[in-house]
Amino acid sequence: MDADIRLTVDGELHELTVDTRTTLLDLLRERLGNTSPKKGCDHGQCGACTVILDGERALLCLALAVAHDGAEITTANGLAPEGELHPVQQAFLDHDAFQCGYCTPGQVCSAVGLLSEVDRGWPSHATADLTSDPELSDAEVSERMSGNLCRCAAYATITPAVQQAGGAR
Amino acid sequence: MKPFAFARPGSVAEAVREVSAEPNAVFLGGGTNLVDHLKLGVARPDLVVDVRTLTSRETTDTADGGLLVGAAVSNSELAADRRVREHYPVLAQALLAGANGQLRNLATVGGNPLQRTRCVYFQDVTTACNKREPGSGCAAVGGYTRYHAVLGVPAALPDATAADTCIATHPSDMAVALAALDAVVHVLGPQGARTLPFRELHRLPGDDPSRDTVLGHGDLVTAIELPPLPMAARSTYRKVRDRASYAFALVSVAAALDVDGDTVRDVRLALGGVAHVPWRATRAEEVLRGGPATEHAFRAAAEAELAAAQPQPGVDGGNGFKIPLLTRTITATLRDLTEGATS
Amino acid sequence: MTDLLEPRAMGRDLVRRDGVQKVRGTATYAYETPVESPAFCHPVQATVARGRITGIDTEAAEALDGVLAVLTSENAERLASTDDAELAVLQSPDVAFRGQVVGVVVAETSELARQGADLVVVTYAEQEHDSALTVDHPGLYAPEKVNPSYDTDVVQGDVDAELAASAVVVSHTYATAMVHNNPLEPHASTALWDGSSLTLWDSTQGVHPDRKAVCTVFGLEEEQVRVVCPYVGGGFGSKGTPHANVVLVTMAARALPGRPVKLALTRQQMFSLAGYRTPTIQRMQLGADRDGRIRALTLDVVEQTSRIKEFAEQTGVPARMMYTANARRTTHRLAALDVPVPSWFRAPGECPGMFGPEVAMDELAHELGIDPIELRVRNDPERDPETGQPWSSRHLVECLREGAERFGWAGRDPRPGVRREGRWLVGTGVASSVYPTMRQAQSTADVRFEDGRYVVEIGAADLGTGAWTVLPQIAADALGVDVDDVEVRIGDTRYPIASVAGGSSGTNTWGSAIAVAAREFRGKFGTDPRDGDEASGQVDQADTDDEHATYAFGAQFVEARVDVDTGEVRVPRLLGVFACGRILNPRTARSQFIGGMTMGLSMALHENSVWDPRIGQVANHDLAEYHVTVNADVGDVQAHWLDEEDPYVNVMGAKGIGEIGIVGTAAAVSNAVWHATGVRVRELPVTLDRLLTALP
Repeated sequence: MDADIRLTVDGELHELTVDTRTTLLDLLRERLGNTSPKKGCDHGQCGACTVILDGERALLCLALAVAHDGAEITTANGLAPEGELHPVQQAFLDHDAFQCGYCTPGQVCSAVGLLSEVDRGWPSHATADLTSDPELSDAEVSERMSGNLCRCAAYATITPAVQQAGGAR
Repeated sequence: MKPFAFARPGSVAEAVREVSAEPNAVFLGGGTNLVDHLKLGVARPDLVVDVRTLTSRETTDTADGGLLVGAAVSNSELAADRRVREHYPVLAQALLAGANGQLRNLATVGGNPLQRTRCVYFQDVTTACNKREPGSGCAAVGGYTRYHAVLGVPAALPDATAADTCIATHPSDMAVALAALDAVVHVLGPQGARTLPFRELHRLPGDDPSRDTVLGHGDLVTAIELPPLPMAARSTYRKVRDRASYAFALVSVAAALDVDGDTVRDVRLALGGVAHVPWRATRAEEVLRGGPATEHAFRAAAEAELAAAQPQPGVDGGNGFKIPLLTRTITATLRDLTEGATS
Repeated sequence: MTDLLEPRAMGRDLVRRDGVQKVRGTATYAYETPVESPAFCHPVQATVARGRITGIDTEAAEALDGVLAVLTSENAERLASTDDAELAVLQSPDVAFRGQVVGVVVAETSELARQGADLVVVTYAEQEHDSALTVDHPGLYAPEKVNPSYDTDVVQGDVDAELAASAVVVSHTYATAMVHNNPLEPHASTALWDGSSLTLWDSTQGVHPDRKAVCTVFGLEEEQVRVVCPYVGGGFGSKGTPHANVVLVTMAARALPGRPVKLALTRQQMFSLAGYRTPTIQRMQLGADRDGRIRALTLDVVEQTSRIKEFAEQTGVPARMMYTANARRTTHRLAALDVPVPSWFRAPGECPGMFGPEVAMDELAHELGIDPIELRVRNDPERDPETGQPWSSRHLVECLREGAERFGWAGRDPRPGVRREGRWLVGTGVASSVYPTMRQAQSTADVRFEDGRYVVEIGAADLGTGAWTVLPQIAADALGVDVDDVEVRIGDTRYPIASVAGGSSGTNTWGSAIAVAAREFRGKFGTDPRDGDEASGQVDQADTDDEHATYAFGAQFVEARVDVDTGEVRVPRLLGVFACGRILNPRTARSQFIGGMTMGLSMALHENSVWDPRIGQVANHDLAEYHVTVNADVGDVQAHWLDEEDPYVNVMGAKGIGEIGIVGTAAAVSNAVWHATGVRVRELPVTLDRLLTALP
């Protein structure tokens, strides 16, 4: 069964007819040719499909396209104009915070999202004192990045990369 | 995944009507559990009714000093709410111990307590599961039981072939905190609006493991109410899991403690990862209330609660370790709260 | 001994050339290849562990609007070769393991393909299956060789006599879990058959080996098949050989000539179709004199393979060369079970095979009251104990010493279970690492002068290892030019043949070929070439000297903390020192080392494919239940290396670094947990339930 939706992806508006079963992830990857968000598990267990969805980091694999009519999505490829890099992306390059690169766009979007969350004072499991605003400690970064699996296991370089980008805010 | 119709009605009432009218209809909230199950073939609805933008996304103060949380409030938003962080830290901590940031941004307050078990056999449609396919049996008995129940299960080893066997656990962290906090669930159903104590929302498998809750078809959770509970300002959630983050609980403890000198004036205690429901540890609470706030007493209370616990054997050593683990975790959690009280 | 290249670009800390594409997500992986109007595949899997298909009803699936083809053993093309039973897809009604491919649905969309697969009804005559590995399985047998061609059993000296003469004997059984590679990018492909030739965009660790396998299975000439793979989203061995999905997507493409088809295994499917590491049971004895000199070492390994195809993990092999012993026995026995086909997983042999022995060394050190580093030093052999050959270079002792210094080992109280900081019991542990320096048989590279730059082409693969970046560094030094003047193209069978990225041999082999090509080029055209000048270079066991034993070594140090209440284990510090010859790019090398070490941590604490022998499958077959280490599990991870160049291995003086990082880590973790708690965990993973009963 089909439905009509509108979607803005990396600044571009799309008007589409979608199968109600189609996830935003499959829509981007298989219909719109935007393969920046990756499919690692398709069940919300790896974080590779993390994007910024309506302003917050979110997974695309568990989001039905039809339920997100009107949504605005920014993928890793939409974070900076072509030829430029978002500070998080630059930090990932500087720290060699990846190897195979498959989880990387998701890691990058997750980092962008978490920095915004920290700016707004959102706590995490690593926040010792819930009544105060969290500091961007390594433990905070690690906890907040734990929804993004990296099988090459670049965690020890991802955390300082996020710190670098966080420090440059 | 089989095809389904999709609807986003104009109001909550309309959504309830639409689901009530179609026997094989479901509500869609954040989708983090339902879409997972659509892909696995665990959920096979004909109609999906989207309520994510219909229910309230506000958290408001109630007249008696509590909070009313709209069902569409995201798990992240609720955990970040200053009122929750200050007055109900156990709830903020439970939310933050669940899933990951990306999922918490999608997952809703209304949907989280209704998420279904992580039992690997429930999720695998090629194996027997009374919860997924009533009457098919329970492949979990004698299987991989590390994440399965030790409380609320029969004293004898369950019969894997019986239609009422189910040793699954409820996976939500948030629900464990809500059980401890005596939260109230606001429901809109085909017969109108009603409330029920959160502790009565979930049910043991009984003779119908397919039903996780007492909600009927067409019942929609519209809000969760947190009653005022001053002692909850000193509360905590301890989750023990197989990795440091982004994993379901082996066991978890939600606790609030009110200590007067060396005496426990009042206590709230709920357990996760160990039963078909978020387990309110009423027996332990009774033992603790009015007694000494000592590690010895905490351990005795934990042991009283777990007296009827039933380890499940299994292919990876079973889950008998959960009983000492839970005893130790309850004891440590209450001890830490006490130390916090005196510091 | 070879004349080493003068390192100018080599050794430089250059940023990855494919970095921008990867951080933006524009690097194109196999499934993502842009093609016109693709069709999508979804496999159908067996739901019994052993049996025979008695009927397949595809009617409902075929009736579905948008379904293009349903292939089963009843209508699939007959393959030219079924010698490799894992690749003999849809060739018979027999089911050899649960999850085996019994069909595939091809449809206009991925949603329809999945729906179609759900609609295929397969009935089976189920047979009793045998899928549980036990140490005394009645079917245990000795394979002819172990992977790839090591002796199954090696016995040196009189083991019984030396054991009897030993002052102390440590005798225990160790076990490692069944584990799955789980690269983040699933096994995936896009395939196009135009009626006479095949283009296969496949996620593979080697385009040429992949092509060879496809040609064999389908009876095609190499000219008919092009395999393309510029990026690989991780493999760790599981993409080193093609699995059933590659045959399936090719079949689907051939069923729909002119139509590109895409197939990606689901994460769940990867647990039965993409290889895994066998569980291992390691019966180990170490007999030693009071002063710690090892008199006898025995390691008898029991592991599994599938009934349809043998893969014999060489778990006992590292114990043959690691330490001195007057007498030694290492054996391998396999049970062939009704299970999915095991295969390569990062450091096959060395990774599991350095768990038991390195924990046993720790136990022996404790028994003797000798520091575990000192015990290893006392048993450091001057020559390879197995062959008697001299080492091309062996700096294990230096790794241990430098690691001890950096980690702060000095003054360590050897007593277990006596350090407490707040809620944590604290301990430290050490283990050695080793990995052979292998050189693959064949690789060829072309060098061409084009528009003022040097273009190097070779069908190599970059799985995140850094080949896109490191090969230009080698080429630049081989040509004696600036690295910016070199472009390297890889990942396509249109380029000259390259060996698989496996056995930590890729960079060494491809780099050696590039060096030969550069020498040829300079010999032919001098230093002032004209546009279009081109030369080719080939290695065949390049620069191999067979007079030395060639291995990389390392030492890993771990700090473990155990929650005194719950037994939860945390590892705040991992430190490794490695001796791997010349490090070609410290930036990408560090990533490989810490990645390997962290994967070793994952193996130590988390990874466990829980086998359910009642139904014959991995119970926890997804990434929610099969735990790999997450960011919060990882603290300070440091990799250091000795300034070493090995003139016997290749002209770069470099040994492989892709696998050694995962070798020994799990033992070091277990040793540190013992030091923290006094609990000796001999069976991986080290989960809290194994510690709980012994906590205070």
